[in-house]
Amino acid sequence: MNYDFQWAFLLEDPYRGWIAEGIATTVQLSLLAWCFALSLGILVGAIRMTRSRALRWIGTAYVEVFRNVPLLVQLFIWFYVFPILLPHDWMLAWNRMDHVPFLTAVIGLSLFTSGRVAEQIRSGITSIPKGQFEAARSAGMTGFQTYRYVVIPYAFRVMIPAISSEFLTIFKNSALTLTIGVAEVTHAARAVESWSFRGLEAFSVASLTYMSTTAAVVVFMTWLEHYLRIPGLIGRR
Amino acid sequence: MDWSVIADNLPFLLIGLGVSFQLALLTIICSLVLACFIAIGRISARRWISWPAGAFVNILRSNPLILIVFWMFFLVPILTGKNINEFYSVLIAFVIFFSAYYTEIIRSGIQSISGGQIRAALSSGLTYSQTMRLIVLPQAMRNVLPGLITECVIVFQGTTIAYVIGLREFLHSTTLVAERTVRPAELYLFAALVYFVVCFAGSKLAERLEKRKIG
Repeated sequence: MNYDFQWAFLLEDPYRGWIAEGIATTVQLSLLAWCFALSLGILVGAIRMTRSRALRWIGTAYVEVFRNVPLLVQLFIWFYVFPILLPHDWMLAWNRMDHVPFLTAVIGLSLFTSGRVAEQIRSGITSIPKGQFEAARSAGMTGFQTYRYVVIPYAFRVMIPAISSEFLTIFKNSALTLTIGVAEVTHAARAVESWSFRGLEAFSVASLTYMSTTAAVVVFMTWLEHYLRIPGLIGRR
Repeated sequence: MDWSVIADNLPFLLIGLGVSFQLALLTIICSLVLACFIAIGRISARRWISWPAGAFVNILRSNPLILIVFWMFFLVPILTGKNINEFYSVLIAFVIFFSAYYTEIIRSGIQSISGGQIRAALSSGLTYSQTMRLIVLPQAMRNVLPGLITECVIVFQGTTIAYVIGLREFLHSTTLVAERTVRPAELYLFAALVYFVVCFAGSKLAERLEKRKIG
């Protein structure tokens, strides 16, 4: 391999600024999308647990649609198709807004991920033994109390690994938004590459960003899981 | 909405879809084979085998696929000194990336096989590689078949990423037609429908196999 590595140039202008901004955008985008995906996912997950067949069907259709269409296609639909389908005035207003690619990316990433979260929520709740529900009922709790004091605290702990891995998935998936012009860290790496012809250094920076974040999240979530575990019940190693 | 644009450009789109299927199929076959070896390496008692295998899996699983595709696109010409075509560049990136995910699935399958099976095979005179090939892997693969199929669906969804380096797969063909005809709504919704049908069928198959396994 004939390649002369030079790392120092990454700290010079304008590259330093691009990379810093890219990392900031990736973090912002993934945190925002994760919050929306969690809220939406919990909502859809709850809909799928109701007694109404129609509501359950809607919930299932939602999950299947957002899970089985590739993220890139969903992003393109939100970016190129969604504005056309809006009423004309709304479309103009949408196009006049700042940061349209970023907003589109947040919508696309959150909806894609919410389908997966809904599925995790459902499997978390169905993993709870029936006896827990029955015990709560016979102790005189209402339906709401059953969920508030028994089911949710239990299911939440079961779901921590899934929820944290969803964050990591969003974090990595956010790289796809470069196709609609969001200047996140992979986009920054490509920009540095095309200006400086130093691809390996630029891509190393992007890879390191993803890898160090993944490592940090895994360490934190392992700690959280350990901290919250109920002795003798779940989360035993 | 004017759906005739789909019918007019169908042959062109189908060629793209063919490339997508080819890429997915080759990726699945190559990464499954590679993953079997890495999974066996990962559970090896020898640290100098298991450690690199573990590092390989963890490094790839903490990077986005699109970045691995860029890495290969720029790295391969530097390593080999000549340009290779986009298809092979993407294929190499996909095989490396997805073999990491298949490794984890197969490893969990291997670990679900009881130790007694391995000891019985070894004491009946099979070598370690025979034990793995004839006794452990066939059972392990059967146990994790639903997971493997779900991953195949993810591979097929992943082929859209080849778009970024200009490989003319289904999504790229769709984009080209959408730009030429200025009919993005019809084209992208059609693409979404096609991907949905294929992936939904795959997901349902995995679900059914999962249920049969439990039942």
